[in-house]
Amino acid sequence: MSNLSAEGGHGAVPLAGVPTGVDVPAPEPEWPLYEVFVRGKRGLNHVHVGSLHAADDRMALLHARDVYTRRNEGVSIWVVRADAITASSPDEKDPMFAPSGDKVYRHPTFYDIPDNVPHI
Amino acid sequence: MTLTETPLDAGTQADLESHFEATIARNDRIEPRDWMPDGYRRTLVRQIAQHAHSEIIGMQPEGNWISRAPSLRRKAILLAKVQDEAGHGLYLYSAAETLGVSRLELTEMLISGRQKYSSIFNYPTLSYADVGSIGWLVDGAAICNQVPLCRTSFGPYGRAMIRVCKEESFHQRQGYELLTTMMRGTDEQRAMVQESVDRFWWPALMMFGPPDADSPNTAQSMAWGIKRNTNDELRQKFVDMSVPQAEALGVTLPDPDLAWNDERAHYDFGQPDWDEFMQGVKGNGPCNAQRLAHRRRAHEDGAWVRAAATAFATKEATA
Amino acid sequence: MPDHVHTSAEDEHDSAYAGLLVNDAHWAFGTDFEDPLAGVDTTIPEGIDAPTLAAYALMLGDDSLVMSHRIAEWTSNAPDLEDDIALSNIALDLLGQSRLLLARAAKADDSVVPALPEGSPAPPEDALAFFREAHEFRNVRFAEVVNGDFAEATVRVLLFSVWRLAVWERLRASTDHVLSAVAVKGVKELTYHRDYAARWFVTLAQGTEESRSRLLAALDELWPLWPELFDTHPVEAAAAASGVGVDPATVREAAEAVLDQVLTAADVPRPEVARRSGVLGRTGRDGMHGEALSRMLAEMQSVARAHPRGQW
Repeated sequence: MSNLSAEGGHGAVPLAGVPTGVDVPAPEPEWPLYEVFVRGKRGLNHVHVGSLHAADDRMALLHARDVYTRRNEGVSIWVVRADAITASSPDEKDPMFAPSGDKVYRHPTFYDIPDNVPHI
Repeated sequence: MTLTETPLDAGTQADLESHFEATIARNDRIEPRDWMPDGYRRTLVRQIAQHAHSEIIGMQPEGNWISRAPSLRRKAILLAKVQDEAGHGLYLYSAAETLGVSRLELTEMLISGRQKYSSIFNYPTLSYADVGSIGWLVDGAAICNQVPLCRTSFGPYGRAMIRVCKEESFHQRQGYELLTTMMRGTDEQRAMVQESVDRFWWPALMMFGPPDADSPNTAQSMAWGIKRNTNDELRQKFVDMSVPQAEALGVTLPDPDLAWNDERAHYDFGQPDWDEFMQGVKGNGPCNAQRLAHRRRAHEDGAWVRAAATAFATKEATA
Repeated sequence: MPDHVHTSAEDEHDSAYAGLLVNDAHWAFGTDFEDPLAGVDTTIPEGIDAPTLAAYALMLGDDSLVMSHRIAEWTSNAPDLEDDIALSNIALDLLGQSRLLLARAAKADDSVVPALPEGSPAPPEDALAFFREAHEFRNVRFAEVVNGDFAEATVRVLLFSVWRLAVWERLRASTDHVLSAVAVKGVKELTYHRDYAARWFVTLAQGTEESRSRLLAALDELWPLWPELFDTHPVEAAAAASGVGVDPATVREAAEAVLDQVLTAADVPRPEVARRSGVLGRTGRDGMHGEALSRMLAEMQSVARAHPRGQW
């Protein structure tokens, strides 16, 4: 029964032998990735909440409202193209010269906000 | 970044590996920019992508009843719930993208059948009670799987799961609440609930995957902190949680072997039909073909829209 | 304790959503669904004819109920996940508007509510939605048209929201507290729907040859039903006269001006297609619909009608 091997997530899926698509180019031109930052209420920082795809800035804002805030009133949203972000790793040992240094997965999605940043 | 072309010497490679291992050992998170072993990356992509596919395909069995929801309130709840599943899929695809895959490529792999999704969604929804059973049992099982994943070692996956879990607990509650409401209704409704639970109980148990003895990947995934509990542990937890809920609801779970075991302080229970599970994984389940065809059609029908938006954005950018 | 990392990560996450997930606002009606008009002053102001108010609220409620149903049919069928979510949001907003409006109609004049079998626990707004026949629905025919491609969805949402927004901006001043409150909330929602659709309208018009031709075809298809939106039904005239409602004919100019802005931005000419006639002069507001509505209702009402005494 070993070919039944499956692991949970939402429900069990087979993991062995499944292709990953890592480094395979997108099959059609892909809308650029945007990072979404939300200020849930006045007095707080904008905080990264996730990412989404959109053809342009305006569409990214519309989508961000739908996906990440459900259009809650009084919420401020920033969207920024992921490829426009210059990032350093929070980890000093970040291997900038490691084998995959130029790979797309280095885009800063879910870029981490340090725990100790106060809400200034 | 021409330096990236320089081959690493063995020492550097070993440093990277030990740094990675130390991060995992500290129970700290791995972030997208960190070096990670290729096997770790690939295992994560498989799990996250197929988790995302499950959410997206999972819109269909419940979406099947949006147009027939029997009250305005139920219609709104169901529509919002199915919408949440699209959101969950989106968060998860985003997490997978941080590992170097494109969402469109993942979608291609889904609709070509090269990547899979949870077999639970290959079962049909045959009555409105199924909306309740999916919420109670299927989302309940998913929560058992997903709560530990909030602490998974890969940061983006864990963060996506935190948000998913917040919404998922509402899903389970609305399902259970629908069933309790129906149980207070007519005899026909009570029969409908029981019939639905009879159909979904065993497939819900299958959601945790085959017994640990048959899951060779579990050990490595646990060592990497991708997975936090074994299939059998989670299944037991789900059964222990569900039995009192079934009693409160007034339905019978369709397992003659279900009984409290004083010694173990857990419920004993029977095994689902793993052959049927395997048929589903292989693509031969009752709705596999239908679910994939639906997804493929939606994706292909949308190609001209996506192309139009790309073309428009390009024109705008150069205007 | 090694788990501190995760605990703090969760706190940090919580702060990211401060003010977002603390309430259930995104559940269309919150999580307390029992009485859609709970806490709202439902007394009928002096000088308002209750049957007129009920009939008028039904018209507005049926428009959004039918439109919401069509848009909800897009769920799991949209061109991408982001738009799937956006369309569901629009459907949810419209459904929420309907629930309030149908409840308002029933509260104003319970004689509009169909009689249900004894022992049926269905609240009046559900009785109205699930136990009326097609000819009792008062929605404009525009809302009931069978879905087409994404260009059709774009044109449908654009025209519908431009029209409804123009009406509802005035409806905010309704002498009926409920209609006024519904309109205040609805104007924000409809503004978003209009912006979303206008954005896609321009994008498809200027995108590729294929998208433009599909958009123009969709516009030609829906345009014949556009003038009907501005017809004045006697109920609307009476509602307007008493300050409860808005005569749609009076907002035509404003709506056309907004639409022209979008058409201009998209470089799309106004279609030259004749309006669709009714049956013996009667259209949607008179309960005279196309073939699509009864089919839609047969599906929508099937479970509720199979269990008229059911609890949901």
